Amino acid sequence: MAEAHPVGFQWVMEAKKRGAKVFHVDPRFTRTSALADTYLPIRAGTDIALLGGVVRYILDNELDFREYVLAYTNAATIVSEQFADTEDLDGLFSGYNPETGSYDHASWQYEGHEGNTKIRGTGKERDSASGLEHESHGEPVPAQTQRDETLRHPRCVYQILKRHFARYTPEMVARVCGIPEEKFLELARAWTENSGRERTGALVYSVGWTQHSVGVQYIRTGSIIQTLLGNMGRPGGGILALRGHASIQGSTDIPTLFNLLPGYLPMPHHADHPTFDKWVDSIRHPGQKGFWGNSGAFAASLLKAYWGDAATPENDFGYGWLPRMTGDHGTYQQVLNMIDGKVKGYFLLGQNPAVGSAHGRAQRLGMANLDWLVVRDLFLIESATFWKNSPEIATGEIVPQECRTEVFFLPAASHVEKEGTFTQTQRLLQWREKAVNPPGDARSELWFFYHLGRVLREKLAGSTTPRDRALLDLTWDYPTHGPHAEPSAEAVLKEINGYDVATGRPLNAFAEAKDDGSTAIGCWIYTGVYADGVNQAARRKSRHEQDWVAAEWGWAWPANRRTLYNRASADPEGRPWSDRKKYVWWDPDAGEWTGYDVPDFEKTKPPSYRPPDDASGPEALAGDDPFVMQGDGKAWLYAPSGVLDGPLPTHYEPAESPMRNPLYGQQANPTRKIYEHPVNRINPSPPEPHSEVFPYVFTVSRLTEHHTAGGMSRTVPRLAELQPEMFVEVSPELAAEVGLAHLGWAHLISGRAAIEARVLVTDRLTPLRVDGRIIHQVWLPYHFGSEGLVTGDSANDLFGITLDPNVLIQESKIGTCDIRPGRRPTGPALLDLVGDYQRRAGMTVDRKVPIVTTDVLGGENAAGSTDEQTPEAAACDGEDHA
Amino acid sequence: MPDANSLYGPLDPAPDAGWTQAPPRMGFFTDTSVCIGCKACEVACKEWNGVPDGGFDLLGMSYDNTGALTANSWRHVAFIEQPRPAGQRTPPFAGDPTGPTTGSPASASVGAGTTTDTGTSPGLPPGRGEPAARMAAGPEFLGMPGAQPPGRGTGAESRTDFRWLMMSDVCKHCTHAACLDVCPTGSLFRTEFGTVVVQEDICNGCGYCISACPYGVIDQRKDDGRAWKCTLCYDRLGAGMTPACAQACPTESIQYGPLDELRDRAAQRVATLHERGVPEARLYGHDPTDGVGGDGAFFLLLDEPEVYGLPPDPVVTTRDLPRMWKRAGLAALAMAAATVAAFVGGSS
Amino acid sequence: MGLKTFIQGWPVYRQLTGTDPLGRGAAAQSARSAGLTARTETADGVARSVCPYCAVGCGQRVFHSEGRVTQIEGDPDSPISRGRLCPKGSASKSLVTSPLRQTKVRYRRPYATDWEDLDLDVALDMIADRILAAREETWEDVDDEGRPLNRTLGISSLGGATLDNEENYLIKKLFTAMGALQIENQARI
Repeated sequence: MAEAHPVGFQWVMEAKKRGAKVFHVDPRFTRTSALADTYLPIRAGTDIALLGGVVRYILDNELDFREYVLAYTNAATIVSEQFADTEDLDGLFSGYNPETGSYDHASWQYEGHEGNTKIRGTGKERDSASGLEHESHGEPVPAQTQRDETLRHPRCVYQILKRHFARYTPEMVARVCGIPEEKFLELARAWTENSGRERTGALVYSVGWTQHSVGVQYIRTGSIIQTLLGNMGRPGGGILALRGHASIQGSTDIPTLFNLLPGYLPMPHHADHPTFDKWVDSIRHPGQKGFWGNSGAFAASLLKAYWGDAATPENDFGYGWLPRMTGDHGTYQQVLNMIDGKVKGYFLLGQNPAVGSAHGRAQRLGMANLDWLVVRDLFLIESATFWKNSPEIATGEIVPQECRTEVFFLPAASHVEKEGTFTQTQRLLQWREKAVNPPGDARSELWFFYHLGRVLREKLAGSTTPRDRALLDLTWDYPTHGPHAEPSAEAVLKEINGYDVATGRPLNAFAEAKDDGSTAIGCWIYTGVYADGVNQAARRKSRHEQDWVAAEWGWAWPANRRTLYNRASADPEGRPWSDRKKYVWWDPDAGEWTGYDVPDFEKTKPPSYRPPDDASGPEALAGDDPFVMQGDGKAWLYAPSGVLDGPLPTHYEPAESPMRNPLYGQQANPTRKIYEHPVNRINPSPPEPHSEVFPYVFTVSRLTEHHTAGGMSRTVPRLAELQPEMFVEVSPELAAEVGLAHLGWAHLISGRAAIEARVLVTDRLTPLRVDGRIIHQVWLPYHFGSEGLVTGDSANDLFGITLDPNVLIQESKIGTCDIRPGRRPTGPALLDLVGDYQRRAGMTVDRKVPIVTTDVLGGENAAGSTDEQTPEAAACDGEDHA
Repeated sequence: MPDANSLYGPLDPAPDAGWTQAPPRMGFFTDTSVCIGCKACEVACKEWNGVPDGGFDLLGMSYDNTGALTANSWRHVAFIEQPRPAGQRTPPFAGDPTGPTTGSPASASVGAGTTTDTGTSPGLPPGRGEPAARMAAGPEFLGMPGAQPPGRGTGAESRTDFRWLMMSDVCKHCTHAACLDVCPTGSLFRTEFGTVVVQEDICNGCGYCISACPYGVIDQRKDDGRAWKCTLCYDRLGAGMTPACAQACPTESIQYGPLDELRDRAAQRVATLHERGVPEARLYGHDPTDGVGGDGAFFLLLDEPEVYGLPPDPVVTTRDLPRMWKRAGLAALAMAAATVAAFVGGSS
Repeated sequence: MGLKTFIQGWPVYRQLTGTDPLGRGAAAQSARSAGLTARTETADGVARSVCPYCAVGCGQRVFHSEGRVTQIEGDPDSPISRGRLCPKGSASKSLVTSPLRQTKVRYRRPYATDWEDLDLDVALDMIADRILAAREETWEDVDDEGRPLNRTLGISSLGGATLDNEENYLIKKLFTAMGALQIENQARI
C-alpha cells in the first residue's frame, strides 16, 4: 500500500500512531513492509491457504462475534444434503462437469431449494463474467430458509465451514505458504483480538488478490473472516478494494465493459434474455428480498435515457436494439480474435495493452493484424508504435512494410484540460474543474465521442436499414460550448443522475425511478449526484469544517452513503454495538434510523419489523436484515450460488506453479478460463511432467515511482529518473545459485517470451522452504516498454493468459520461469531460445493443459494422482541445493 | 552588533544577521521512523523550484537512484537495507528457514562504486566498496578492549528482523553556516526565517561554499557554474506557505514549522518511540551546542548517522576563524613590532 | 534612481550602516530575493481538481497563469489526502506540460514506415467511415435460431479507467447503439 498508494497509506500510519499493529504479507519486502510491525513473506499464490488458516483459527477457538454472526449471516442456514465438499472430493465440489469445466450449482443450494439456481454447469456464466454483476446484487436465494440457531446441525453453514477449513492448520499454512507457524499465529491472534464489539479491523486488497485464476475466492476468504469477526458495515471495518486508476471504479459503475450496462445491469444474453421482461426478471429475481426488486424501473429508465422519445412501453423502451452476448467477448478473447483476423478496428482510450496487459506479444501481434487502430493518449505509447518499435520488429515477426494496420493517433486532453467526475476507490465522485485549454489537436474523450456520434449519425441520416435505427434514435443532443464545440460534461452528468422526462427535473434518489417511461436515468446508482439540480460531486467543504465522515466532500454512490450495509453497525435491536464503535442506530423517539452516515436501511423501518410471509423486494427485509442487496438480507459465509468456482474458497495452486497442491489432488482451479490457442502456451505444472524447466516463481507489481504501463510516468523526467531502468530483484541465495551479479544483467524465460533486466540482489527477497523444498521467487516491475524517456523489456510479456472464471481477470501476479545470467539473445535467436524451452517442456501446439488432476471423478479425467511426483520435480527439492 | 557566538555556539541566527523584526526561526524536522521512501519530497521540490533532472541511471543502491544531494537534487531519499546484526546472523527474515544469506555485502560493494553524471559538480561521489560491504554486513565487533560494537546499547543488538531504513536528506540550514561565512559575493545569505539561501542572481560560481559545507550538501551545476541547494522554499515561506516537500509528504515524515516547536515535538516523538520499544530512535542535528550550533533541518534517526551517510560530529568549518584571525593579527603585530625594533635597534 | 537611493541600495552601505555588520543577512539580501513571491499567489486562477494517477482520489489545486499550468499541489481541504501527494501526483504539472506530449494528430498508412500529418476533422471522418464499413462487414442480425444479436464483433475498444464518468457514459452509449459489444477497460485487467 505504501508502494502503490502512498497517500492512502497515511491512514495506516495514523492508525499505527494510535497503537494499531500493522501486518504485511507479501512475497517481497516492500516499502509497506518497512513500516509494518510484522512482515510475513509468502509464497505467491497461496493467500487462500493463509486466510483459510485464519478462518480455522477463528472457528476452532470460537472467536467469532457470535451475536453478529447469528443475526446477520447465513451461519445457521441449512444446506442441501446433496452438497459434497472439497474434503470429500479431493479438491472438487459436487456438481462438477469435466466436459465444460464448470459447476452445476443445484447441490450447493440451501435445504429444500435445490431447484433454485439457473447455473447448470454449462460454462455460460463464466463466459459472460457474470461474477461482475454480483458485485452489487448477488444470485437468487430464497427469502425464507431453514435455520438452526444453535449452529449444531451438521449441514448448517457454520459446521460446513468448520469441516471445510479443518485442514488449514498452522502446520499446513507453513507447508503451503512458507510462513512460520508462530508468525501465522501472531497474525491470527492480532486480527481476532482487534475485532468484536469494541474493536474493528479493516482489510484492504488490490490486484495482488484479483489477478489470479482464483482471485474472486481470495476476496471471498477475506470477507468470510471479516463477517465472522463482525467487521462488516461497521466503522473502521470492512473490506476495501484499493484500486489503481483515477476512475477505474467509475468505469466499472458506468461500465466500459462488455458484459455490463450502467449500474450493474447485465448486457442481455441472446438465449437467456429474449424479452425485456425476462431480462428484468433475471435481475430482480421475483419473490426475493432486497432492493433489486425495483430493477424494472432502473432498466426502463436506462433505455429511456439512451433512446428518449423512441423508447416507449410499447417497444419495451428499445430493448430490442441492445446488442446481445453469446459467450466470452472479453479483452483477451478479443486479442486472440485479432490474431485470427476476426476484428477490424480497435480503439485504445488511455490504455496501453502492449505493455499493461498479460502476454504482450499476443497483444502486439493482435494489433498488427487489424484493419485500423485508433489510439487516444497523451503520449506516443508502445501500443501506438508497435508497427515500428516493438520486440517483434527485432524478431522479424512484425515487418512494417507488411503490416497492414492503419493507425490513427489522436492526442488527448489531460485531466486539467477538461471538466468531469472521477469515481475514486471508495465510490466517491469528485468533480474536477477545468484549468486550461488542451493544446493543439488534443481533445477530451467527451469531445471525440460526441462528435464521432454526430458524424456517424449525419452519415447515416435517411438510412432505412434496421440496424441503424438505434444510432439514429439515440438521444445525442448535448449542448456544446467554446471554439471546438466541447460538449457539456454537466449535461451528461445530469443525464447520468436521471430526470423526470416530462419536466426535466433532476431526480433526487433512485427510489424515484419509474418503470413506465416517465423517468430517464443514465446510471441509477448515481442518482442523487445532481440532487436538487446541484452538482453534488463538486462539493468541497473543507475537512476542517465538518466531521470525520466528511459527507459534504464530493458525493458517494449510493445516496451519498460512505459505508455500505451500515445497519450492521447497530445490534439487532438497533443499538450501537458499543459506544466506541457507534455509527448508525435506531432512534426510538424519532422513530427513524440516524447516525453519522446516511443509514443503509429504510429510514423508518423499526428493528422489530417482520415481513408478511408473501412479501418480496425491500418489503421482505426484516428490521434486522442489514445486507439489503442480498436476496436473504444476510451476509454470506457460504455462497449457495453466484460464485462459479465454489460456495467456499479452496486453495488451488496457480495455473503455473512449481509445486504440487499440498492440500488436494486437484492442482489448480478446475473452472479457470483457459484459451487453447497456438500463441498462448501455458508452462507445465505438476502433476504434468517438465515443470522443472521453469523452476522459479516470478511475480510483478508497481513501483511508487511509476504508473501501470508507464505511459504517464516513463514520459515524465521527474519520475523516470527515480526508477530509470528495468530490473529484477533476486535473493542473494538465488544469485549465488544461478550466478547473477548485482547490477549485472539477467534474462528470464517463460513459455511465451524471454526478457532481460538489470539485477538487484537484495535481502528483501528470500527463498522459502515450502513442503520440504526451497522455492525461489523473483520480482519485477511491470512498467517498462520500448517508448518514453526510460525503456526496458516488459514483464507482462512473460505471462500467458489464464483467467479467473468469475470475472475473467487474468492471472498476472504469478507465473513460472527460468532465469539466466547475461543479456537475452536478440533477433530470431530470441525466438529460438523460447522455442527451445517450449520443446524441453513439452509445450507442443496440440498439448492440452490438464484441468482435472484428481481421480476422484474416476479414470480418464485424471491426469495424475495425488502423490505422484515426477523425478524431475523431486530433483528441485531443497536437499539437492543444500 | 553580531553575537559573540556568531561563528560558534548557540544563537538565534536571523537577528544575529541583522533582521530586526525576524519571525521565529523556521525549519524541518524529518522523522525517518515514518518515512515510506516514496520520494514525493524529491519530486515536489523539483516541480516547485524548477530543478533539472539529475540523470537516468540505475545506481543499485537499493531504491536510491538519486545518489546524493546535488545541485540538481535538493531532497534526497536514502535507502538502507540492513540485515540482522552481526553475531546474530541468521536468515534475513527471522524465523524463516532459508539458510545462510550470502552476497549482500558484495552487492553493497558494487552499489557503492556506481556513480552517475548528475550534471553537477562534484555531483554524486562514488562510494568506496569496502566500507559499504562492511556496512551491509551489519555492525561488527572490532575486538579492541573497551570498544563497543557500533550500535550496542541502541537496540540494534536486540533487533531480530531485516530493516529497510529510509531518510529524506536535505540542506541542514545550520545555525553556523560555513558556506555563508566563506561566500565572497554575498550570494549566500541568512534569511529572516533563519534559513540559508543561495541567491542565484549574485552567485558567481567561485565554489568556496562547496568545500566549506561540513555535510557535503552544496554543489555546482555544470552548465551554469552556480551553486544550488535547498532554499527551504524561501518564496513560499514569504507567502506563509509550507515548503513543497513538507506539503507533499504523505506521512508527515517531513514536518515544517518554528524550530522551537519542532524540537519539542521531536523530543516527544523520541520518548514515545522509546516507550514503544524502539530504543534506537535518536535525534540528529537538534542540539544547539553541537559543532554547527544545531541544524535548522534536523532528523530523527533509527541508527548511527554514518549508516545514513551523515557525518557523526559535524563542525562548522569556519569555527576557528576568529581564533585564526586573532592569531594572525597578533603575529602581524609581533612582526611589526620586531620590524620596528629592528629599525630602532639598527639605528642605534 | 537618485544617487542616494543608489548608494543606499549598495550592500556595503547597508552593511556598514545597518543592523548586519557582517553582511550575512539583511544587508546581503538581493533585490531579486527581496521581491520574491510564490507564483501560486500571483496565479490567474486555481482549479479544484483530482489527481489523475491511482484511485485514492487525492485533491489537487491546479494553479494557472496566462493559459498555462504553473503549479499543481495537494488540496489541504481534502478529507482523503489532507493536502498530500505522492511522487506521481507531485509530478502532475510535468505530466500535463510535458514537451513530449503529442499535440498533433499522427497517421500511419497501411504498410508505411513512418507517421504523417492528418487534419483532426479528416481523421474523425475517416474513423467514422471505417466504423461503418466494419459494421457492414461484420454485422450479425440474428443467431442460428433466429434470436436477435444486433451486434458487430468487428470492433473492439479498451480503455476508460483513466477517463471521466461522463466520457465513459458517452463511450458506452454510442458503442452500444452502434452494436459494438467488445468494449473493455482496465477494470478487466
